[in-house]
Amino acid sequence: MFEIGLGHYLTLGAVIFTIGLIGIFLNRKNVIVLLMSIELILLAVNINLVSFSIFINDLSGQIFTLFILTVAAAEAAIGLAIIVVYFRNVGTIRVEEIDKLKG
Amino acid sequence: MVAHAIFFYFFSIIAIISAIMVTASRNTVHSVFFLILDFISISCLFIMIGAEFLGMIMLIVYVGAVAVLFLFVVMMLNVAQQKNQWFGSSKSSSHIPIGLLVSLIIFFELIIVVGGWQYKPDLLNSSTITVSENISNTHSLGNVLYTDYIHLFQISGMILLVAMIGAIVLTFRERAGLKRQSYINQISRERKDGIQLVDVPSKKGVKIDV
Repeated sequence: MFEIGLGHYLTLGAVIFTIGLIGIFLNRKNVIVLLMSIELILLAVNINLVSFSIFINDLSGQIFTLFILTVAAAEAAIGLAIIVVYFRNVGTIRVEEIDKLKG
Repeated sequence: MVAHAIFFYFFSIIAIISAIMVTASRNTVHSVFFLILDFISISCLFIMIGAEFLGMIMLIVYVGAVAVLFLFVVMMLNVAQQKNQWFGSSKSSSHIPIGLLVSLIIFFELIIVVGGWQYKPDLLNSSTITVSENISNTHSLGNVLYTDYIHLFQISGMILLVAMIGAIVLTFRERAGLKRQSYINQISRERKDGIQLVDVPSKKGVKIDV
């Protein structure tokens, strides 16, 4: 209980990953919350990489976390730009009403 | 050891609760605030576990840039008042049990993985880049990042550049009646376009309004 090992951090990462996944599946609101759920999933991946890197005593995990951070920032910028353009053209970003592709 | 456990449970419980609130909160602005709280808790965990540089970078990049970008877009688009409806909309709520089921199956698979990796005993000895004890985390990360991973580092810089150009190109639009600077006209302007030399006769003067 009081011996915090690698399993605790991996469990925390799994819980946050699942919360982000549920947020993506059950979202009825708007696409911005969906992007935030994707950020949560990337955060869970970062937790896993950093905890493995610390407990195995190998620096590669922290380097990969740095690159994931870069990709997450780029993805957030591009996604929000797409959302802004869509809102300007259509006037709504509710998930239910985004059906232009008839998918 | 007990203090470490207490801090771990404190920060991780805050992180999990705020992650739930990100997805379940009715107001989008509140979701962004809980996202910031989640990032701060996780960066505290990183600093506590010994990855100080990543904790600080996480604060700078996520809280300072990404979350503020989210907040900016939420407030600019005025979608904060759209109410969250997980179960409210009756016309297409049939996917909710399937989504919950798939999420829980993925969660239990992850837990099984967490339990199962411990039965591979030689995992902990497969270290390639060892961490020296007498230099700091930032120093050792810099030693590795600028030597072994220099190409990946530069490629990540290119990714950021492409993201910046993409965001600008996506959100750019031409507006009618807006006076803009024309670089082509500025650069291609020559001396004879702007200056006219006039030979002034003596005692005649010159007419200025040509």
